Formats: sequence, C-alpha cells, structure tokens
Amino acid sequence: MEKRDVIIVGGGPAGLAAAVELHNKGITDILILEREKHLGGILRQCIHDGFGLTRFRTTLSGPEYAQRFIDEVVEKKIPYRTDTTVLEVSPDKVVTVASREGLVQYQARAVILTMGCRERTRGALAIPGERPTGVFTAGVAQAYMNLYNRMPAKEVVILGSGDIGMIMARRLTLEGAHVQAVFEIQPIPSGLPRNIEQCLNDYNIPLYLSHTVTDVHGGSRLTGVTISRVDEHLRPIPGTEKEYACDTLILSVGLIPENELSLDAGVKLDNRTKGAIVDEHFQTNVEGIFVAGNVLHVHDLVDFVSMEAERLADSAAEYIKHGSLPECPVEIVTDGNIGHTIPQKISGSQDVTLSMRVRSLIKNCRIVVKQNGEEIASKKMKKALPAEMIQIPVKAEKINGTQKLEVSVEC
Amino acid sequence: MLREFTCIICPNGCEIEADIEDGKLLSIEGATCPRGEAYVRQELTDPQRNIATSVLVKNGVLPLASVRLTSPVPKERIFDVMAEVRKVTVEAPVQAGTVVIKGILGYDSDVIVTKTVTRK
Repeated sequence: MEKRDVIIVGGGPAGLAAAVELHNKGITDILILEREKHLGGILRQCIHDGFGLTRFRTTLSGPEYAQRFIDEVVEKKIPYRTDTTVLEVSPDKVVTVASREGLVQYQARAVILTMGCRERTRGALAIPGERPTGVFTAGVAQAYMNLYNRMPAKEVVILGSGDIGMIMARRLTLEGAHVQAVFEIQPIPSGLPRNIEQCLNDYNIPLYLSHTVTDVHGGSRLTGVTISRVDEHLRPIPGTEKEYACDTLILSVGLIPENELSLDAGVKLDNRTKGAIVDEHFQTNVEGIFVAGNVLHVHDLVDFVSMEAERLADSAAEYIKHGSLPECPVEIVTDGNIGHTIPQKISGSQDVTLSMRVRSLIKNCRIVVKQNGEEIASKKMKKALPAEMIQIPVKAEKINGTQKLEVSVEC
Repeated sequence: MLREFTCIICPNGCEIEADIEDGKLLSIEGATCPRGEAYVRQELTDPQRNIATSVLVKNGVLPLASVRLTSPVPKERIFDVMAEVRKVTVEAPVQAGTVVIKGILGYDSDVIVTKTVTRK
C-alpha cells in the first residue's frame, strides 16, 4: 500500500488551499484526489465575479479564483489525481480510490476531508405534483449553461432565494430566458442583499417572500406550477393558489454538507450544521482526520472557505510534525439565536476565530462570548442576516481554565 | 427625498439611505466604507455593472470559455454587450486573461477570458 503523509479528498477551493498551505509549512508528501476531470470544484461553473475581495483584495470570477490556487499547486509540484473517486476512508486512515488504473489504496498519516456540499433537491422538500422533466437545482442548471453549453429553459420560475438561484435568474435572463419570479417560503431572503439587487432588481425579476410551490404540472415536460402563500408556520394558505405557466422550475433551497465518506470514517456530525464536530485544529473526533470548507459548514463566501482550510493546514502540519495536537477541552455552546459555532471545541491556549450564523434577522444587537458570566469577546451588529457568516475573534489571554464558552445575542 | 440603496460593491451589501434633491446627493448614511458613497453617486448619474458570460471554443476540451469585463459598463448596455460577446468564437488553446474584445462598444472595458481551455 502506498503511503502518504496527507491525503486530501476533494480538489475544490478548500482542498487546494489546504494543499498549498501544507506545502508552505514544509509538508510536501501530499496527494489531492479529485473526482472530476479538472481541479477547481464548483468554482469552475461559477463564472460570475465577486470572488476574492477578502482573500485577494480584488474581484475575480470563480474560475480565476480557483486558478490562483491551481497555479500554486502546479508550481509547487504538489501531486494530484483527477478522475479519481474516493470510495472509502477508514478510521485508521486507509483511503480506497477508484481510478482509471483500477482500485488503489493509500495509507495516510492524516486525511483532510474537503468534499464540499450538495444541493437540496425536490425530493428532500417533498413538493407534491407530477414528475416531469424541467425541475432542476440551480447548480445543475448552472452546469448545463456554463460548462456544457446547454440552455435548459425558456419560461422559468425559481423556488428559493439562495444566492445560486438568484445568480441563475440573471444568467438565464442574459441568455434569453424569461424568469417570471423568485418565490421564498421564509419571510426573509436566504441569499445576500447584493444579489437581490444586482441579479433580481436589475432585471425586474420580482421576489415573493412567504410563498412556495404547492403543485407541479406536466407530462414529459413541466407545463406549470401552483404557488401558494404560506402562514407564519410556513403552511400553505388555502385559497391563495395561483398558477404560473413555465417549462422550468429552478430550485435554490439550501445546501447540505456532503459527509458520506466522513460517516464511514467514524466522524461524528453536528445535527445543526450537518457537518463534523471539530476542535480549533479542524480535527474531528477521529484523530488525524480534519475537515474544512463547505463539508464542515456551508459558507457564504469562498474567501472564508480558503482561509479556513489554510488554518486547518497549519494544524495538520503540526500534527504531522509532532504526531498529536493540544487537547481541546473548552466547549462552546450557543443560545437560541445562534445556530452553531465552528469550531465547537477549543484549547483555550491560542487565539481562535469563531464562525457562526444567526438563526433569524436581528437588528442593533451585539453577539457576546462569555465565560463564567464574564464577557471575553463581542461584535456589534447593526444588522445580522442568516445569509451571512459572522466571525468573532477570541483572544487566548481572555480565556480562563476549561469552563465552557457561551455565545449569545444581546439586544 | 430619501432613497434606499443596497451597495453591490462587496458582499457586505450595505444598506445605504441617501437624501437626494434634484439628482444631487445631500447626505448619506449606512455605508461602512467610502466605496458606498461612490457607488450611490454612480447610481444617481450612470449606473454601471460588470457581467460574466461565455464564448464558444473550437477544438477545446470544453465547449465554452468563461469571460467577464475588465471594468463595468452602463447598466442599460448589458444586453448589447451580450449580443457582441455571442458573436465571438475562439480556437483552443485559449489562456485565461486573453482579451477577446478590446474596448467593448467603445467603452474603456475589455472582454477577457477567465478560464484556460486546452486543445483536445
């Protein structure tokens, strides 16, 4: 069995950033495994710009952002294999892959899981109605248009106000489709305000909040959908049904971390994030298995994915050099206003940045981190949206002992 | 008259409230950086947008190469830009950064390739 210091599962933004940073820290016995034909992950189909403002201080398209890391991987001669699917990662870090050369196994000292996330589908929402073709997730429509040169739609209705859905509303409009409206079941949009402005408002595409699809019509191809208003419990209100004739329904209804391999490896997941429970080293409950990026928790910006993976790589490099990492006995708990934090456990002996999201819109509040009732960090928020990831740095010198940290919203 | 803007310059998406009289900006509130005010001034006189699309590639490993503008153009010309870009076909290999249209519609903005596509 071939041996490697570090195997990286997934050559998207998280995996690439981790590889480059590991190399910078002197760990060079690395292998990136990528299922697709090319490195870059989902960025390859995200041709719109707006990436890189935080990480590179300039605005780039998705492919350009990915290329900056791919160029470094190539320049540093970091080994990678494309067209290679990881079938299993075992708890003792044996990685089994299927490739053109057949089945291959590697014994790794550390495994970095960066598989990203997948889109929630119609099946997951249990939308009633017929099952014609013409119902696509936003990412699938994006792949058709931006990778395969196929136009999937003429008359479009979009369900869900996720960022990819809004970006596809603009993309479809630019390519000659007619996007009638975006419907969102929640009372607030799930995507970023700038995308409402530049993808919907710019093209006069209306956004209806508290509305959802309650029926799907069509034989072989979609012919229309029924839209209903929903009440405050998100239940459709009888009598509010309205018919929309369309050939395509685009779904942008959420992303779920892709953790099938993690579960096989014995990694424990957090019910709230659907990603792993990690400590400040981005290490899971299985020693030597690390995760970062959208497989850990769904990010709003790729810049934060890269930066998280780089922090992971710093720790993984320490792990390879010393064989272990400092214990992380300090737990972090949240009140009902904060969905979760990443990491969920810290050592208390080094500075750490907590990532989190609010569960509903809050205004003029502070997010406060306390230990033993004492405030040790905070962030003022004029407005906090569930669409945005919030980061709060916590200084090690403020942390006393191993008492848990409590994160809450104060208004 | 008070008018609300959502700044699109960065992902913060600042909600800006501007007091405007006869197209003149009297006061501005809510921008967390100077780019917000510049954005509002631009929106008042000549709203501009960048845009991304793709061009056809002949003999490439991929059928398309993504493109974008090097700087924004007036918002109402976006569909004219699309029409111009649609006329372009490139031969593989094509490198990211290659200019496929210089000075689109006479503006100081080029259409550049954003994805390298090798020859098949």
